[in-house]
Amino acid sequence: MNPLEKTTDEILRLASEHFKVPRAELNAGDDFFKKLGINSLQALDLLTRIEQHFHIELPDYELQGVSDFKTLAERIQSRL
Amino acid sequence: MLDLNQYNCLGESLQAAIERWPDEICLIEADRDREKARLTYRQFSDAVLPLARALQDAGFREGSRAAILMTNQSKWPISAYAIFYCGGVLIPLDYKLSPREQVALLAHSKAEVLIVEYHLWRAIVQAPEFKSLAVPTVLVTEAPANADLAGAKRWENFRSSQEPVFVPRKRQDAACIVYSSGTTGRPKGCVLTHENYLEQCMTVAPVFPFWPGARYLSIIPTNHAIDFMGGFIMPFTGGGTVVHLRTLRPEYIRDAFTRYKITYMAVVPLILKSLQKGLEERFAALAPMKRRALGGLIRINRALTWRRARPRVSRMLLKEIHQAFGGELRALLVGGAFTEPTIIEFFHDLGIPIYNGYGTTEACTAITLNDLQPFLPDTVGRPVHGMEIRILNAREDGIGEVTVRSKTVMSHYLEDPELTAETIVDGWLMTGDLGRIDAAGHLRLMGRAKNMIVTEEGKNVYPEEIEAVFEGLPVKESCVVAANYIWHDRKMTGEQLVLVIRPESGKPISEKLVAEISERNRRLLNYKRAGGYVVWEQDFPRTASMKIKRAELAGEIRSKLGREAVNPL
Repeated sequence: MNPLEKTTDEILRLASEHFKVPRAELNAGDDFFKKLGINSLQALDLLTRIEQHFHIELPDYELQGVSDFKTLAERIQSRL
Repeated sequence: MLDLNQYNCLGESLQAAIERWPDEICLIEADRDREKARLTYRQFSDAVLPLARALQDAGFREGSRAAILMTNQSKWPISAYAIFYCGGVLIPLDYKLSPREQVALLAHSKAEVLIVEYHLWRAIVQAPEFKSLAVPTVLVTEAPANADLAGAKRWENFRSSQEPVFVPRKRQDAACIVYSSGTTGRPKGCVLTHENYLEQCMTVAPVFPFWPGARYLSIIPTNHAIDFMGGFIMPFTGGGTVVHLRTLRPEYIRDAFTRYKITYMAVVPLILKSLQKGLEERFAALAPMKRRALGGLIRINRALTWRRARPRVSRMLLKEIHQAFGGELRALLVGGAFTEPTIIEFFHDLGIPIYNGYGTTEACTAITLNDLQPFLPDTVGRPVHGMEIRILNAREDGIGEVTVRSKTVMSHYLEDPELTAETIVDGWLMTGDLGRIDAAGHLRLMGRAKNMIVTEEGKNVYPEEIEAVFEGLPVKESCVVAANYIWHDRKMTGEQLVLVIRPESGKPISEKLVAEISERNRRLLNYKRAGGYVVWEQDFPRTASMKIKRAELAGEIRSKLGREAVNPL
């Protein structure tokens, strides 16, 4: 697994735990709004969870225009 | 509060506020729990004047247009006042739009200056549309030291030590161009005058008065008409303080209430729902005895405050809850979209006054306001002072299109006389919303006459804006229509857009086609996506110039298919 794949995998795990969706049902290319049935404020909850896990601070705007796990992982990877 | 009758333009009124309250705090900026800036009115002026002069030196004149593309922060009102100081016209752009949409609106507005946050500028520079951007002066805030700004200048360095010249404007001159929709195709740039804003402020300020020490928590984007008025013009002309919070995370919003003893906050229904959820979770975690006691206190509060809000009584009865909101909260203003009455009722029962209302950008925000006397959560209140409402073509049940007339109605749509003539008829603004007025004069909204939706986040979405993404699908023809436009529904929440597909004759809808539709739908921002698709086996009715007759198509679909024909996407 390369670093981006590892980050993506971690994010999928965190999303699965936080929103109580089986990990096996989540894929990197999934639209998290649709797959998790969440709104933009709940997506910020996920960002907070990711921050706690990676020990980094992510401004709200990192979610702007992002709706799939892979792109989110790319943005987070660039800050690690 | 200043007597705004004395002033002809927003610049003059802001100048007067600075002279009147030089040592009061006007701006606090917080990033999570870190305070980043705190400015008095005098310091605010000190930040504005060198910027205004530098703009003037760069050729910015009376009537020149400047766009602001920023999240909520202190540089927003600083830049806005600099623009007004020079006699300019402000274009508050929505930072949540895509770079393509932002570039399109900058071109449509003919902005000569763009003031933009670094991360938003970076996204524009990386977009293919950057090549077509033709704004002569771009000022970027908060750029890292070594950042390549692609020809833009640093906002922080764009200063001149010379005195700027204050340029007064007349009441009828344009103050702002606010885009209410139409990021592709036909932009709707509402040209709002200084009079529109001054009149709106005088109308609403008596209900939500500001004074030195009153604090407004700004979380709705300042480009939104509600925050521009409630989080800039109203507090400033009352000597109040605006607290900018640079995050929407509920934990920091809760923290800001207590840290800054907030007096007012405007929210969209989505945020109100999130606050409600947080409180319900806290109630559920209480021990059974305590929960029952709380339930009893809430019932007592409801009985005592049904006819009118009694903040002192509520604060005493439900002390802990009110302390969690800082203990000085006077009102939560909810707007931008229709709010479920149950949510308003929840907060009202706790003694936290929620003022809902109804407004449009074209009317410079507020048309009606629920005055809580008595509390009627299923209405949007009575017309604000100076606002005339007429229900056009009312049916037997009194429901018709809401039309309004007031000094706050916009001047026109920028460069679109045809649309202006359709929208403002004999001085009456056609809102496109359906409603009726009850015996006590309260407006009840009953659906839409126009083909559009409003999301819980307060975003207007017009089908024409998203249609382009479905162009070239392997079908005979397709278009997007608001579900409520087809099947008239009196609900104004949970609205969705529907893709109507006319397949090639004899060709079934394949899984591959549905997958392609879903994939294209995902290219749109999440709040703009179609909620489903409908298969329609007849040709679309069209005008001689081949434009789809949407009202006719909606009527034909309604006569043959029910809502259950929508396949979710």
